[in-house]
This record gives sequence, C-alpha cells and structure tokens, in this order.
Amino acid sequence: MATETAVDVVMPQMGVSVSEGTVTRWLKSEGDQVEADEALLEISTDKVDTEVPSPAAGTVTQILVQEGETVEVGTKLAQIGGASAGNGQAQAAPPEPATAQAAAESEAASSSEGETPTAAQIEETKAPEPPLEPEPAPVTPPADGGTDGKSFVSPVVARIASEHGVDPGQVQGSGRGGRVTKKDILDFIEHGAPVAPELAPEPAAAAPAEAPAEAPAQAPSEAPAPPASPPKPAPPAPPPVVAETGEQLEPMTAMRRGIAEHMRRSLDTSAHVTSAIEVDMSEVVAIRKRLKKEYEAAHGVNPTYLSFIARATVETLREYPWINGEIRGEQIMTRNYVNLGFAVELADGKGLIVPVLKHAEGLNLLGIARGVADIAQRARDKKLTPDDVQGGTFTITNPGGYGTFHGTPVISQPQAAILGTYAVVKRPWVIQDDRGEDVIAIRPIMNLTLTYDHRLVDGALAGRFLRDLRKKLETWDEAAY
Amino acid sequence: MAEKTYLQAISDGLREEMRRDKRVFVIGEDVGVYGGAFKVTLGFQEEFGAWRVIDAPLSETAIVGGCTGAAIMGMRPVAEMQFADFISCAWDQLVTVAAKQRWRAGTPVPITVRLPSGGGFSGGPFHSQNPESSFAHIPGLKVICPATPEDAKGLLASAIQDPNPCLYFEHKHLYRRIKAEVPDERYETPFGKARVHQEGSDLSVITWGAMVYTAEEAAQQLDGDGVSIEILDLRTLVPWDKQAVLESVRKTSKVLVLHEDTHTGGFGGEIAATIAEEAFEDLDAPVKRITAPDTPVPFSPPLEKAFIPQVEDVVAGLRDLAEY
Repeated sequence: MATETAVDVVMPQMGVSVSEGTVTRWLKSEGDQVEADEALLEISTDKVDTEVPSPAAGTVTQILVQEGETVEVGTKLAQIGGASAGNGQAQAAPPEPATAQAAAESEAASSSEGETPTAAQIEETKAPEPPLEPEPAPVTPPADGGTDGKSFVSPVVARIASEHGVDPGQVQGSGRGGRVTKKDILDFIEHGAPVAPELAPEPAAAAPAEAPAEAPAQAPSEAPAPPASPPKPAPPAPPPVVAETGEQLEPMTAMRRGIAEHMRRSLDTSAHVTSAIEVDMSEVVAIRKRLKKEYEAAHGVNPTYLSFIARATVETLREYPWINGEIRGEQIMTRNYVNLGFAVELADGKGLIVPVLKHAEGLNLLGIARGVADIAQRARDKKLTPDDVQGGTFTITNPGGYGTFHGTPVISQPQAAILGTYAVVKRPWVIQDDRGEDVIAIRPIMNLTLTYDHRLVDGALAGRFLRDLRKKLETWDEAAY
Repeated sequence: MAEKTYLQAISDGLREEMRRDKRVFVIGEDVGVYGGAFKVTLGFQEEFGAWRVIDAPLSETAIVGGCTGAAIMGMRPVAEMQFADFISCAWDQLVTVAAKQRWRAGTPVPITVRLPSGGGFSGGPFHSQNPESSFAHIPGLKVICPATPEDAKGLLASAIQDPNPCLYFEHKHLYRRIKAEVPDERYETPFGKARVHQEGSDLSVITWGAMVYTAEEAAQQLDGDGVSIEILDLRTLVPWDKQAVLESVRKTSKVLVLHEDTHTGGFGGEIAATIAEEAFEDLDAPVKRITAPDTPVPFSPPLEKAFIPQVEDVVAGLRDLAEY
C-alpha cells in the first residue's frame, strides 16, 4: 500500500489572502501509517483552523515543521512514503533550506552551524528518542497570541456571578479565547444551570441534610417500596416568566432549587406530625453560666444552649433507635451511632445548609459545643466539604434565635424526625416548694418540638422521647454529660 | 416641517433669533456683504442692516472681545469664526475674560461663537481641526456640537439664550451633506441631554458631530452579523449627559468612544474615565477609543483619510469589541 515515491505534504493555501499557517497539532508521528485523505495534522491560519488530510497513503517518513511553528504557504511540512529517513538512509531529497533550518533550530541545537542539515542529520539528532513515541507536545500556543481568555472574568461578569452565586468557571464562554461574556453568564442564569433535580446530586447535597441513603448504591433496596419512592413529576417546560409592573425577577440559585425540591419531596414522602413539650431550662441556664467562663477560657468554645440540647438528644436517641432510624424499602433501619445534622442559615439569609456532626454519640458536652461551633462557622464561610453535609441520621433546627416559640419543621429525608428548639423565655411557672405546696416561680422555659414521620414513629413514642429529653435537660447530670 | 441641510438649519435658526430678539447681532469676518465664509449669513445684512450684521476687521481677538463687552452691556452677540481653528487668536479674550467674568463679577456673558470645524475635504492643518476638548477643559464655557439639522437649529437657539459663553461647533462636513426634517416653529434643544441616534443592545458608541454618521454607517455593516449597536449623540460636551452614557453602558457593557478630534486629551478620555469610575462593574470589555492620531490634520487627501476615523476603522473597532 505504501507509496514508493515520496509525496510532500505542504502548508495549504487556506484563502486568497492567507500567506502563512501554524501547525497546531500532528495527528500522526513519524513512522505511523496514514491513509490517503486521513487527517494528518491540524493547522491554524488567521482565517480558519482546519485539519490537513494526507495527500497519499503510506508511512509518515518525515515531519519537518513542529507544533507551534508558523510557516509560509507551500512550505513542506512532512513527507509520506519514500525512503524512511528513520532507518538512516539519507535518500530523501533535502528539504527546503528555510524549513530545514527552522526544524533544525527547534530540534537540534547541536546542528553544526553554516551547514544545511540533511534530513538524515535531523533524524540523527532525534535518534535518542523512541521513534514511535508521540511528540511530547509541549505548549501549543493559543492562536490569538497567548492570553487565556477563559480565566479572565470581566467586571460585569464578576458582579453578575456574585449576585447570582454562579461560578463563572461553569459557564461556557463565547468570547475571545473562550472568555465568559456578559451575555454568556446571563444566558446561563436565565436558562439555569443544567440541573435535573432527580439526577443531580450536587445541588441536592447542599439542601438540608441530604443523606447518603440518596446515593445510588442504596437505591435498589428502595425500589420495592412504591409508596416510599419519591414522586417523579416530569418537569414540564416552565412557562415564560414575565415581571409585571412593580415586580422583580431574580433567578433561583442551585441551592434554592435544591431546597425547594427537597422540601417538597419530604412532604410528599413522610407523614409529618409535630408534638411539642415545654422544658424548664433552669438547670441548664445555671450550669451554662458557670461553664461558659470555664469553656471559653480553657477551650475558646461557647457552650450554647444548642450544645446542651444536642448532647441530651444524642443520649435520648440511644433509647429510641427508630427516631434515629429510617424506613428503607419495606424495612426499618436502625443504627448504633448518631450523625447529628444542624440547620444553619447562610450569612446572606438566602438559604440554609445542614452540616452534620458525625458520631455525636462519642462526644461529651465540650466535644459537641466545639463541633457545632466548627461546622456552623464553616457553613457560614462556605468552607464545608460535600462530606460535611452528608450522612445525617437526625437533625436539630433552631429557629428560636428570633424569638419564635413554636414551629413545624420539615423532616430532612430520609430521616425519621427533626427536633425544633425555640426561644428560652421567662415564664410564670407553677412548681412545688420545699413543703410540697404549689407556688408560682419565674422560670426560663423553652418549647421543644419533635416533628416525626408517622409512618414509622407513633405519637406515643414521640411523646416518650420528648418526656425523656425534657427530663435530661431539667435534671442535668453534669457527671454523665 | 421642511427638509433642510444642516447649513440651512443654522442659517434659518440664526435669522429667527435675530427677528425675535433685537439684542441678537452677528459679527465676524465677511459675514455681511459676502454672507460669511460658508454663506450662513447670506442676505442677513439686507434684512437686518450693517449694524446688526457687522463685518469685522481680521482680528478674532477684536471680535470675541467686542462680543464680550457688548454681552456685558446686555446684548446677545453671535460671533462667527471663519474656521474653528482661528479661535486660538481669541483664546485670551475667551478664556481669560469671557469665561471668568461671571465668576469674578457676577455679570453674565451671553455670547455665542460659531465655529465651523472638522475636516474631510483637504482643508489642511489650519482649516480642519476639532478643538472642542480644549474649551471643554475651561470652566465657564459651554461646548455645543450638533449633529443633525434639527439639533443645529434648536441648540443654536439655546446657545443664544444661554447666559454663558457658548462655543457652537458646526461641522463643515455636515453643512451640505446632511439633510433632514427641521420643525418650522421656534424651539430650544436643551443642553446636556444626549440623543439616541439608534438603539441597540450589544455595544454602545458614544460620539458627537460628524462621527455620528460614521458610526451609523459602521453599525449598518455589523447589522448582518447580528450585532446590535446603540449610538449615542452627546449633542453638547459641556454639559455632557453622563447619565445617558452610564445607562447605555449598563445596558450593553461594551463601549466605543469615537471622535474626530485627536487622541491625547480628547474629550473621549473624559468619557472613558467616567465610565471606569462609575460603571466599572458593568463593563464586559475595556473601553475603546477611536480618534484621530496625535498629529496635525494632513492636507493630502489619502493622508487625511488615514487621519480622520473612517467607517472601516469603526467597523474593525466594533468587531473587535463584539468578539471580545
């Protein structure tokens, strides 16, 4: 098949006004077989970038112009067939001096000066290299002269990206050198990131306490439970949204979409019921007051009410494995550990994330206080890793910071329950004095709610859980915690 | 409404102001018997007499100085420089006296100086300049650069009524080339309000004077590429419509500032700097300037063509911005 006579491959004329071209990539190496019209190399001119087909079938015996070099139209780039210079025979006609020099300069600094090197000499200088190994393909200079447009973010693109929480790196750029233009990022935001809710684990992971049970590995066991399987609404093409006078539109961030999808799915999955209990926090308040100084001085950690509640919750969950469990398929799964999720509002107030404190059952009060402070801080600083928001087995949400005394949170799927903690409020409280008589005292009271999946947890079980949790808080046993 | 050339609109506007306000008079070299270097005041002396259409001696200093004195005494003089280039002879009267008088003494100086400016017909270095930026730099002076016949008439009326010295740059290359409808009635076009010559969404061209038409032709060439270009005609440089420029920048995020004046210290630099200061976060490309190079205006036709921004230059600049 191989051509006996040598056929030259030259830089083609790619248009009337084009006088030179740059070799951007060789698709074949010396010694490779090539078919006629098979793509041999890629070139770039100021008009077009294109592939150059081989003019004949045969062996690529010589490559004379290296990647990155720019040569005149008509310059010989390679030779197909004829005697392979690689075997030491210098029969091939010497290449045009200009080309040879260019090749020689880049390839062989050792070529003797003033002497037009023959193809064989050029080959010899290459000899130490394995002949069939592809060219090390150094840096291919960009056609536009070296600026990497992809990495430059213009002021307006940077502003839009930060306003919408979009990473410009995710946007396909259409500007010079692949730069992301204003139009590109606006299109991206308008038409949304390519997120299909059921298929994309990324945004879902950012949603409240997305658990590993969502991972495909566990999907099979979920399959035989039609009632539990999440609904799969075919996403209809959204109707065009137009802002009326006085209205303003802003695109949903991926996180907001994730939250929206998760909340809806949770309500469609679990049978939500909420029970509430009032807790006299006097003991906790007193102990916390004392520990606060100690913890802050010794450990730089604030023992928050939340840490106390978390500690008591973990302890209570030991005795209520179903509340720390989940329905998986037609079975009930319980565990010997507690991964405690905490709902944290983002600093911009435009979303929440549920970082998880792993193996909370092994942490004492100090450990929990430290862990909560750490994940809350990293959540606000957006420094959480995907691992930090996965694997929760039970969640605590704390909307009480704003003074609310009651709520009905949504369960973080596929968990069985979520504990709500609310404001500690001083209330007139009926207690018994030393003689066993009723008196009214002023006590710091906090509401706790347990919202549970009634498919798994009955009201009585939830009531007992809350009762025991209250007892632990009201009679705080410092030695035990 | 009647279709008029740019020159006819100036002439008619001036005549109308003289008819309605006896304080308005014209003074300049050959404005009377000869009717002005470009015949703007042709027939004026017959209608208004030699005392209201005064042929001045060959002294721009005397013309502007005389106007300043008359304005302080309550008149509303309209001076004509035969070519805007000659205003340099009157620099001291204009910059030291007229521009400062109101600040020094509180006396308004309502003079209008008509300045036939710009090149495009081999006028050479003394008859082709666009010295608007030199005067835009002087506090106390107003700088007016009409591009259309309608604006030429309305802005002239405003200039004559304005209590400050107004430099009215009328582009010679527009005189007989540009024709458009001009309202018959009297009207004043306000200063500091830019005109959207054409609306667009992808790129903004900020310009004035004859370059408005260069931009328009260039924009037409890019129409086929699907690039939508907004052309903003500033109309006046002092005051200039910063808000309109910033609004356009916020819309398109890519800006070309185009002027026929030379590059360094040209008014385009002021516009570009303002955009950088006040609309930085709206920019999607560097602000681009297309101007004449920093040389005197060449006499030779091919050289002059190379000097004045041409449609092809603007097309190339716009393409470059569009592709950025």
